[in-house]
Amino acid sequence: MIKIQNLSKKFKDLVVLKDISLEIHKGEVVAIIGPSGSGKSTLLRCINLLETPSGGQIFIKGKSILDKDANPEKLRKNIGMVFQHFNLFPHMTVLRNMTYAPMVVNKLSKEEAEKKAVELLAKVGLSDKTYEYPSKLSGGQKQRVAIARALAMEPEILLFDEPTSALDPEMVKEVLEVIKSLAHTGITMALVTHEMGFAREVADKICFLDDGYLAEVATPEEFFSSPKSERAQQFLDKVL
Amino acid sequence: MDLDFGRVIPYLPLLKNGITMTLKFTFWSTILGFAWGVVLSLIKVSPFKPLAWFGKAYTSFFRGTPLLVQLMLIYFATPQLVGYNISAMEAGVLAFGLNSAAYISESIRGGILSVDKGQREAAMALGVPKLWIMKDIIFPQAIKNILPSLVNESIALLKDSSMVAIIGVGDTLRWAQQLQAKTFRAFEAFIIAAVVYYVLVMALTSIGNELERRARVSD
Ligand SMILES: Nc1ncnc2c1ncn2[C@@H]1O[C@H](COP(=O)(O)OP(=O)(O)O)[C@@H](O)[C@H]1O
Ligand SMILES: [Mg+2]
Repeated sequence: MIKIQNLSKKFKDLVVLKDISLEIHKGEVVAIIGPSGSGKSTLLRCINLLETPSGGQIFIKGKSILDKDANPEKLRKNIGMVFQHFNLFPHMTVLRNMTYAPMVVNKLSKEEAEKKAVELLAKVGLSDKTYEYPSKLSGGQKQRVAIARALAMEPEILLFDEPTSALDPEMVKEVLEVIKSLAHTGITMALVTHEMGFAREVADKICFLDDGYLAEVATPEEFFSSPKSERAQQFLDKVL
Repeated sequence: MDLDFGRVIPYLPLLKNGITMTLKFTFWSTILGFAWGVVLSLIKVSPFKPLAWFGKAYTSFFRGTPLLVQLMLIYFATPQLVGYNISAMEAGVLAFGLNSAAYISESIRGGILSVDKGQREAAMALGVPKLWIMKDIIFPQAIKNILPSLVNESIALLKDSSMVAIIGVGDTLRWAQQLQAKTFRAFEAFIIAAVVYYVLVMALTSIGNELERRARVSD
């Protein structure tokens, strides 16, 4: 589904991603972990071209997304993204947050878009918030709406960038539950997280980023019981 | 003290025309100032350098010269330059609109830059095209942030509109000047004009407050 080859990314002189190659198969759940500043967000943001790679190639469903004639807007329709700080549109109700892009981008009618939004809101357990503005929601509720908003576009790929890092501890669980319910339902997921227990439980594959290098790719069992690299061992010692 | 408001009563019906003119004037220059201000603000945040540069130079000129000079320039120089016999009203709306656009575009630009960049990213990640992101996501939030300064600009336009009396537009102040000329009652004439402007400003202020209250429903 996603094939990354020798990807590099520079910000001016700062090299943030170095020669990264990684393949993510359809329906797979990949957790990306690593120290702060190691390039996790940047890697994720290259996949939907929120950042433009400096070198290398990225193929989605076999097509290069860096081709001259590739259309970033078309690409992004198929890739949902959930941000650390939710980024709901504060001037729109929950319902409007969820129908806006499907109507503007996918040209759904208002009825179709609202029908789907209502279904998705029920799925994330927030039917009673349909007509509220985001400012009235708790952090956990906001993030569940943000996930539902991404799902409303019916993407084949979902990217999560530390979806629970900005939440109060008591709200982490409700969001992880929603993410877990999506895993292994056919949607391909890449998830940057500091929730090691969750990564271990849900991910098919762990990617350990260190200083811009993809230092290790392993199954959760391998990675958490006997990481190959010393850096990964040090990282685990710190966070576990 | 020598006060005689009785002498001005016969002229009050004419005041209605003056007020209408003042309001019409304020309305059209606000519209022009806002519309052109929006375009200018987009020009200023444009990645295309020459455009951004034009926006800056424009603002610098209109902020760096007196409004009255701009008004006279447009009123008296237009016939000479383009051969069009511009009416005082047209010249006034044009001068005030072009001038306030410079100020409005600065606030809108600030408003646009003050919107959290996560908003643009979230919309981009949903595949929303650039123009729509600006129109539906960034712009409404920017306007909301700067609504008080837009209302202030409109109030400033209302007050400054009295300058057009100088080039002969029959507005509220012009009415007072003519009244004074005919009746030699200066205080009565100008205090009435002052009260009229004050009432209009208060009315605009409360309209502004109501707009802000409505914009806050999502807070
Ligand atoms: N837009 C940017 N401009 C300059 N430097 C950036 C930018 N985004 C990220 N960086 C830098 O790139 C490095 C990796 O950042 P990031 O991908 O956010 O790391 P992580 O998500 O793993 O914490 C950091 O040193 C960060 O300061
Ligand atoms: Mg990050």
